[in-house]
Amino acid sequence: MTSASAPISVRAVRDYRANSLWRLTLRRIFRQRPAIIGMTLLGILVFCAVFAPVIAPYDPEAVLIGVENVRRREPPCIHLLGCPKDRPQHLMGIDGNVRDVFSRIIFGARISLFIGISTVSFAILVGTILGAISGYVGGWVDLVIMRILDVLLAFPSLLLAIAIVTVLGRGLQNALLAIAIVSIPVYARVVRASVLSVKENAYVLASRALGGSHFHVLLRRILPNAIPPLIVQGTLGIGTAILDAAALSFLGLGAQPPTPEWGTMLGTERNQVFTAPHLVFFPGLAIMITVLSFNLLGDGLRDAIDPRLKQG
Amino acid sequence: MIQYSIRRILASFPVLLGILIATFVLARLIPGDPCKAILGEKATQEVCAQFAERYGLNKPIYVQLGIYMGNVLRGDFGTSIRFSRPVTTILVERLPTTVELGLAAMTIALLVGIPAGIISAIKRNSILDVVTMVGANIGVSMPVYWLGLMLAYLFALVLKDTPFWLPPSGRLSPGVTVVPFFQVFGWPVPEAGFWRGILDFIARLYLFNSLITGNWTVFKDALTHLILPALALSTIPMSIIARMTRSSMLEVLRLDYIRTARAKGLIERLVILKHALRNALLPIVTVVGIQVGNLFAGAVLTETIFGLAGVGSILFEAITARDFPIIQAFTVVIAIGYVIINLLVDLSYVFIDPRIRLE
Repeated sequence: MTSASAPISVRAVRDYRANSLWRLTLRRIFRQRPAIIGMTLLGILVFCAVFAPVIAPYDPEAVLIGVENVRRREPPCIHLLGCPKDRPQHLMGIDGNVRDVFSRIIFGARISLFIGISTVSFAILVGTILGAISGYVGGWVDLVIMRILDVLLAFPSLLLAIAIVTVLGRGLQNALLAIAIVSIPVYARVVRASVLSVKENAYVLASRALGGSHFHVLLRRILPNAIPPLIVQGTLGIGTAILDAAALSFLGLGAQPPTPEWGTMLGTERNQVFTAPHLVFFPGLAIMITVLSFNLLGDGLRDAIDPRLKQG
Repeated sequence: MIQYSIRRILASFPVLLGILIATFVLARLIPGDPCKAILGEKATQEVCAQFAERYGLNKPIYVQLGIYMGNVLRGDFGTSIRFSRPVTTILVERLPTTVELGLAAMTIALLVGIPAGIISAIKRNSILDVVTMVGANIGVSMPVYWLGLMLAYLFALVLKDTPFWLPPSGRLSPGVTVVPFFQVFGWPVPEAGFWRGILDFIARLYLFNSLITGNWTVFKDALTHLILPALALSTIPMSIIARMTRSSMLEVLRLDYIRTARAKGLIERLVILKHALRNALLPIVTVVGIQVGNLFAGAVLTETIFGLAGVGSILFEAITARDFPIIQAFTVVIAIGYVIINLLVDLSYVFIDPRIRLE
């Protein structure tokens, strides 16, 4: 018994390590086809964003008049597809201000990823604080916070964001703040639900009985339960945030020209859809692929982290 | 049931009150002087003082709020600062376009989304299922305005001179006029007032108006103009409904009573539609309710793209022009519509699942 205990315990430790929650989750994530596709697309986007100056053949804001023999809104010229070799190659054509669209799309990845991640981080931070206080304190504090959030939820998110941007003024920074404010209620609700579900559990009461402060109990014993649903909700939320930010920019309320933001690019050239469709097609496609990658990853994460919520 | 409904209706009052206050505050927070925004930067102080007096902007903010709440309860949303016309009249003119667009989009979303979800669930992991779900994933990731522009390009330009051609903008072709149904039927109608407003509202639902008066030229024209915007607006709700239907059906299809239904020899169609779908409906109805709210937001973008004079496009104009009365009225109407839809969704639970009544 004693002689056999050593190898068994080593194996047990190894098994335990191999089956720890995080590893299991990771293994489950890599079994989800949508998650793999999402991660691959996202990997490409991050690569484009990081190495934009290397990948993009031109400066995204450089006007090519006098630099090259190109006209306004020229369609794409790809040498491999039969475009004459003596013409300069522009994979996605030239825009209304004679700039290279491909370079602008590549640099746009930086802005979109920044928009998604920064707004969702801010919303999660504020949402977690509000949700945690609401769920933990309960009573009238809970009532007041949740009713205010209900009112926020009663407005369609994009309309509320438009209204907030009008109050704060146009511009990318204000658009980001508006989108972050609009998405706070979702995260607050997720955190509140997690807090309520474990607040009365024996281990939480034990931690209190051992003399843990409210802050300690909330931060170390209760909130870790909210992390998995927050990761899932946050990943899906990044997609929505990018979509909403692009819509604000499209309406002229977000990023202002000449910033190479995809929504702005679409908005400024939208009347040219019949004469130069490439100026509308490519920015929209870029937005769609980016949002799709976060949605696929979010779906995969949800199925891996919380199989009960599986979408089938 | 009645008790549940009353309780649920009462519970939505604080939210409605909050919406009224929030819109009022938000509209007042918009920076800039409405007088200068409307009358121009050169407006003198006296002119601006008169302007403020006329629109009650010189009273303390809480008095303005009190007056505003009282007026809203009487159905009076004030006069638009920009257009100098009663906001209610503008609402009656604009809202039907958005309602028709929203209803058409929701109809498409339901007619395609639910069957797609059911088929996907029944033929799980088949090529049909994969294609549907890939389509649904792309659908929720697509910017509505981009899809709208691409559809306009495809149907108005590429398919020009084919039977599939569709108009890229507007609500009716130039020269096509709509005769209100009450004139066609020769009804005696009041010149103005509440009932006239209701009749005008209904008459401005062009599809409905031309349908009941049997004017097929207008009906066809209005329908061809509505297809592209409705299609663009329907993609997101359609995809979400399809996904929800699939997952909800999968959940139900593996339950014992489905096996029992099949074991007793019931035909598959009945098993799916009567036993499975009815029990899978609850989450589907919930997302439909949520999507109605998002349709309004989508309408801002779709109406801008397709040149439709609806609520969405005027709300956007009003925000940039700081036209407080219009901003307040339209946001309140949209938010109230949203609250009512959610109320109906909650009440429909009782019909879909009679067990809820017992709780």
